[in-house]
Amino acid sequence: MSMLLAWCITAALVLLGIGMACAAFRIIWGPRAQDRVVGFDTLYTNSMLLLLTFGIRSSSTVYFEAALIIALLGFVGTVALAKFLLRGEVIE
Amino acid sequence: MNEGAHLPAIAAISTAILLIAGAGITLIGSLGLLRLRTFYERVHAPTLGTTLGTSCIAIACTIYFSALGSRPVLYELLILVFITMTTPIALMVLVRAAVFRDETEGKGHLDGRPDNEDP
Repeated sequence: MSMLLAWCITAALVLLGIGMACAAFRIIWGPRAQDRVVGFDTLYTNSMLLLLTFGIRSSSTVYFEAALIIALLGFVGTVALAKFLLRGEVIE
Repeated sequence: MNEGAHLPAIAAISTAILLIAGAGITLIGSLGLLRLRTFYERVHAPTLGTTLGTSCIAIACTIYFSALGSRPVLYELLILVFITMTTPIALMVLVRAAVFRDETEGKGHLDGRPDNEDP
């Protein structure tokens, strides 16, 4: 039974890695700046889910704090980038 | 997998199913981000990962650590609540910025044209 869970964790890690690769391609090849910001948003969400899956794999709760910090700072980064695209400056 | 050997079977199976479902749904959202043509279609796709994918993986974490510690461990739901509340705000601000940029450049933003011509 633990073998099934181990294989499923590995498969979930591979799927999330492919999703991060898709977001990275959109960041690199995005035709405009807002496409790159959406790619960044997808990238940090996928990396947060990857850290939660790593936490299940290693049975430790240390990865949870890293995932929470990624979620907080990713939201702040996305809003700051969108504000920069809207106004040309972040803090007015 | 050092401590997962003495996990109950129902907890292991539900954790595995929720992990695969969450990762697969997140991958579908990321593929949509890669494959769709215009920006206003592309901004919809990753919300699959941020809502349903995050829900499935956070509930899988909750089930796994609750079964491993024999007590309710609920702090992964904090990530779920935070991501579900903040992603619409960020994407609304971003789409407003995109509409503003398209209108100042003089192109209509609802004509469904692929915007692959200008960097």
